[in-house]
Amino acid sequence: MTALTLAKALNAGLRRALADDDKVVLMGEDIGTLGGVFRVTDGLKAEFGPKRVVDTPLSEAGIVGTAVGLAYRGFRPVVEIQFDGFIYPGFDQIVAQVAKLHYRSRGNVRMPITIRVPFGGGIGAAEHHSESPEAYFAHTAGLRVVACSNPADAYVMIRQAIASDDPVLFFEPKRRYHVKGEVDETASLADARPMGVATTIAAGTDVTLVTYGALVQTARDAAIAAAEDGVSIEVIDLRSLAPVDYATVEASVRRTGRMVITHEAGQQGGVGAELAAAITERCFEFLEAAPVRVTGHDIPYPPAKLERHHLPDLDRILDGVDRVLGRPNSMSGVEA
Amino acid sequence: MTPSDRDATGLLTKPDDFVQLVTATGERRPHADFDPWVADVDLGALGRLYRDMAIIRRIDAEATALQRQGELGLWPPLAGQEAAQIGSGRALRDDDFIFSSYREHALAWCRGVEPAELLSVWRGSAASGWNPFEHGMAVPQIIIGAQALHATGYAMGAAWEGSDAAAIAYFGDGATSEGDLNEALVFAASFDAPVVFFCQNNQWAISEPVGLQSKQHLARRADGFGMPGVRVDGNDVLAVLAATRIALDRARRGEGPTFIEAVTYRMGPHTTADDPKRYRTDEELAEWSGRDPLARVLALLDASGVDVAGLERDVKSEADRAAAELRAALTTITDPEPLSVFDHVYAEPNSHVDRQREHYARYLAMFDDTDAAASATAEGGVR
Repeated sequence: MTALTLAKALNAGLRRALADDDKVVLMGEDIGTLGGVFRVTDGLKAEFGPKRVVDTPLSEAGIVGTAVGLAYRGFRPVVEIQFDGFIYPGFDQIVAQVAKLHYRSRGNVRMPITIRVPFGGGIGAAEHHSESPEAYFAHTAGLRVVACSNPADAYVMIRQAIASDDPVLFFEPKRRYHVKGEVDETASLADARPMGVATTIAAGTDVTLVTYGALVQTARDAAIAAAEDGVSIEVIDLRSLAPVDYATVEASVRRTGRMVITHEAGQQGGVGAELAAAITERCFEFLEAAPVRVTGHDIPYPPAKLERHHLPDLDRILDGVDRVLGRPNSMSGVEA
Repeated sequence: MTPSDRDATGLLTKPDDFVQLVTATGERRPHADFDPWVADVDLGALGRLYRDMAIIRRIDAEATALQRQGELGLWPPLAGQEAAQIGSGRALRDDDFIFSSYREHALAWCRGVEPAELLSVWRGSAASGWNPFEHGMAVPQIIIGAQALHATGYAMGAAWEGSDAAAIAYFGDGATSEGDLNEALVFAASFDAPVVFFCQNNQWAISEPVGLQSKQHLARRADGFGMPGVRVDGNDVLAVLAATRIALDRARRGEGPTFIEAVTYRMGPHTTADDPKRYRTDEELAEWSGRDPLARVLALLDASGVDVAGLERDVKSEADRAAAELRAALTTITDPEPLSVFDHVYAEPNSHVDRQREHYARYLAMFDDTDAAASATAEGGVR
């Protein structure tokens, strides 16, 4: 075991994937000589050369679209979208091409493309640098959408994403890039928890708290704080947003009878909305209260000085827990 | 100020300033740079190019008729663009990969795509007609210009592997306005990708004239991206063949991409759902009829002493046979199984889709009993 930051764990995972399969190529803006603006690809160009770690023109559709052609040729491209808010110029290539070509070709053409996206806020960035676009992609058939939350997962999940014959949107919580954790670099993919399976971070009996990405740590902290208050929270790191590991969430909600989901992305049409609906359909008779969402507001991402009012934090999550428990909370007395 | 549509037709009324080896009346014009590239095309080879064009024209007419008869949901006719497609298609090597738009039926013909494969998509029975790797031709693209990036990526990959295979992207004049196409040109130039950008400037993007996409000849755009741009008479199969061979040779030698503008004309509608009478004139159509790609080859062969009547007769019977095969192929296209809507969404098992498939199968199964009961009732004669 080695203590690595999440960024270094991704770097190690990418290095391993490049070494294991010469069809793996990395592409993106500034990923070569500079090593990426977050240094996730640091040193890889020097090690594997400019045909394996490719600095591209500044063109998101170009990066994703040429990756499609490379996949046609038998490569496994790993593309970096420099920041979440820059993914939209490449949106058409992702949802109309990457997502659909396996279906449109009746299984003849595989799109084993990994699209890495540093996502989310909390780093005081300029506009377009703190977005949470995951729901657009979770809504698109043909894509897998995952989010890592810690170095150990990051190291394994990036390799699983690259090994997958399906296209994977790989969301990296940028405000967790520099947080360290133990990583087992000898871990084999065969023994690893599958990419699509959720992890129960903390066991609990009163409320199931579901989240992913950067908020996993906040949710864990909320569970510790709630325990001091006598409330037992089970925290689930969803990891995969499409498909969702409903078996894990269902089993938990059947025991606790209550669910709170929290994410940075806005509420409307979000992953939380889907999860609340699905769990209500599947576990209605086990629910003691309607599922509650604690999310970012439905606003454009605000200026850095306001982002703490947008992002769910420990107290907002606990307020959501109080709501689902019927304890006094910010919505007390408000008609639904 | 916005240009009126008529103002914007300026670029399409004058098919000038291009490379032409065979005039509209069938005269062979010498060209120092292009002639060596078609020196091997003797009268027999020219006759075969004519044959390709005549057969694909017949297939296209038959498919258009099949749409009119309700057998196909839609068809995008290629009539008028036979030389552009056959000339370029016959320049390709088997291991070159084609990334096409939706109108390149002649390329599918060159690549041996079966009639049923060609029609199944337009009949609505399949998501794609053929396996791209069997024919070296990608799934045709509806999104305008998207395939130019795919061709570029493929070409980059081929070059990185040390292969001298090339990729070719087919698109229309309208696509030159799309971001994807321009981004493909940037990537291809930056990486010296062995890719040929083949623009069939057929003058009209549905109802919009090429002048609305560009203020100058499309081939001139190449200069800004740092690659050669060639403007060729797209109704001249020999000139197109030469231009494509030159571009492919450049690609194979590692010198990078070429942009070819083949100046041609879509004689029919954009698709069978379109009415071109609403946006273009009879005079314009008549003018382009006089530049027919097939007639000029026949005229050249005739002037060269070939038994043109015999050739036409042979080719006509071959084309009729191809059309009959196309029509017959309809009967082999079966409606897909209902649950196949869930097939191939993912390459690997996916719990979400698997669950929806299972639920829908249960739903459909409810009707099995009803059907069984209904047929039992019918057989029993009891109402």
